Amino acid sequence: MTAILELREVSVEFPTRRGTLKALNEVSFSIAAGEVVGVVGESGAGKSLTGAAIIGLLEPPGRISKGEIFLSGRRIDHLSDEEMRPIRGKEIGAIFQDPLTSLNPLYTVGHQLAETIVTHLPMTWSQARSRAIELLESTGIPAARERIDHYPHQFSGGMRQRVVIALALAAEPKLIVADEPTTALDVSIQAQIIELLKKLCREQGAAVMLITHDMGVIAETADRVVVMYAGRVAELGNVRDVIHSPSHPYTVGLMGSIPSVHQHVERLVQIDGTMPRLNAIPAGCAFNPRCPQVMSQCKVERPQLRQIGATRAACWLQKEKEHA
Amino acid sequence: MKSAAQDRPLVEVHDAARWFDVSAPWLERVLSRKPRTLLRAVDGVSFSIRRGETLALVGESGCGKSTIARLLVGLYPLTRGTITFDGQPLSAMDGPGGLALRKRLQMIFQDPYASLNPRWRVGRIIAEPMLAHTSMSKPQRDERVDALLTQVGLHPTDRDRYPHQFSGGQRQRISIARALAVSPEFLVCDEPTSALDVSVQAQVLNIMKELQRSLGLTYLFISHNLAVVHHVADRVGVMYLGRIVEIADRDTLFKNPRHPYTRMLLSAIPDMTGAGVRRTPVAGEVPNPLNPPPGCTFHPRCPFARDLCKTESPPMLTQGVNQVACHGVAQGWPMYTEISVAAL
Repeated sequence: MTAILELREVSVEFPTRRGTLKALNEVSFSIAAGEVVGVVGESGAGKSLTGAAIIGLLEPPGRISKGEIFLSGRRIDHLSDEEMRPIRGKEIGAIFQDPLTSLNPLYTVGHQLAETIVTHLPMTWSQARSRAIELLESTGIPAARERIDHYPHQFSGGMRQRVVIALALAAEPKLIVADEPTTALDVSIQAQIIELLKKLCREQGAAVMLITHDMGVIAETADRVVVMYAGRVAELGNVRDVIHSPSHPYTVGLMGSIPSVHQHVERLVQIDGTMPRLNAIPAGCAFNPRCPQVMSQCKVERPQLRQIGATRAACWLQKEKEHA
Repeated sequence: MKSAAQDRPLVEVHDAARWFDVSAPWLERVLSRKPRTLLRAVDGVSFSIRRGETLALVGESGCGKSTIARLLVGLYPLTRGTITFDGQPLSAMDGPGGLALRKRLQMIFQDPYASLNPRWRVGRIIAEPMLAHTSMSKPQRDERVDALLTQVGLHPTDRDRYPHQFSGGQRQRISIARALAVSPEFLVCDEPTSALDVSVQAQVLNIMKELQRSLGLTYLFISHNLAVVHHVADRVGVMYLGRIVEIADRDTLFKNPRHPYTRMLLSAIPDMTGAGVRRTPVAGEVPNPLNPPPGCTFHPRCPFARDLCKTESPPMLTQGVNQVACHGVAQGWPMYTEISVAAL
């Protein structure tokens, strides 16, 4: 399968008065057509920043300092805003966490949809309007013909997120970057939205980058998972392998700390401490101060991603295991 | 006498209701002849909590969970009904001796960024309840603050730092230390971990369980996360539009849920074990609480609703300690014959 999206050792830096903060550090992964790749990690791990770097929406002074991003074989990380604009929306669709802030409150939903369609596809406004109605119907909005003339505030949270999904899919992009699309929603609505996102992407054959902190959502939706920690990829692999037989101690801890309704444990696995701040990322492996199996090597040398069992993980420990 | 007091539930809520007047301003009402609008955030809720147990309330946004939390610590007055704490009505809080009652119940809030005064040092934040409720001297208070900080897994030297110097999980520990400062018996925890990352959530949940064991605390734990509830609770109440639709001990509720809404919530939990497995999404959304549907408020989303559900509010059916409000369950309609087999 050809990769729709490919990141090669992408680093993002924020120059500040007190020195340069490295928010992403040599992140590499790829997404094939029709594939859903989940990006997980805790707050501050760099998940959303990875998404922003791909869409070309890094907040200044943040900049890509190293590495390359390819979309269908074309390099996009060094494009200017002018060159990026037709790609954004047409080839990359974005869905953000809060559906209320991603819609313009002053325009009707139909206007916003039609505007996107007219901008990116060779259609007239009236054609775009009927396409917008189709899109709203495909996202499961009842009475789309009437709802199209409503304003965002007249929709509930779940319905708004459907509109945002319709908006992201309007120009049939090859890649969808969905940043925490269900976090602001109630559980019953969350299930509906995930199911919808999966169905539509399958139909359109779009590649999806699903950014979330919710492992449950990833488990149900993603084909592959990228686990991020302190701006680096800690582990990467098929969703089942990462969930059931993780290699990196961080992933192991993360999985154990999630309460389950299927089994009762008296105490949850806890990872002591917190993620390091960007200005105090420890030398060697960034996880070493919290790692229960830390070795002297971990404090000096940064581990690279390597194939360990079924997944790829950035950890020295497994190398030792292989030697033994 | 003593044993009678021990057997009695610590907290008893009977037919509690809290309505909010959300009417348009008077002039607008008169001009456009609109009636008053009442939001029935909590409407006739009854439950009790035994000493040392954790009762969890779950439900989606707007179902009235947080309103109940606030009613229980006296932050809102009741519109109807009664709440008693260890036999004393909660309304006694405002009378003489009310302070002694308030001291016995404390609250932990959802957002650890908003619930700590950013201008106060941690030591002062934790000592404040002692100033309000006890006559402890300064050295005694300091000693207690040190003990509390250690108890929640922080260091005594952290007392001289400000809240912004701590991460979310550490701040939530400070909130817990503050709540424990006056040795309460009952803690109301309103979504204490929903603002936290999972690994930090695990730290906080572990601490809360340890403290419950060592101090014999009673918790009302409010959450929208069923997995978290399954981890902490002894009994679980499920709320929908201001009412409790089902309340049961944890294992019964998770293994043998009876109300269709409980089933729906359970089926909506993302499943970690069967990665890649599809779940059945449930149609519909929570209706506008200003204008709830007649009869059983869940009927527009219920796959088993019949005419009766559209007109008559279902009575609360009690079976031992478990309760459920559903016409279908009460009258033994055939429900979930095929679903229950598949789900279990």
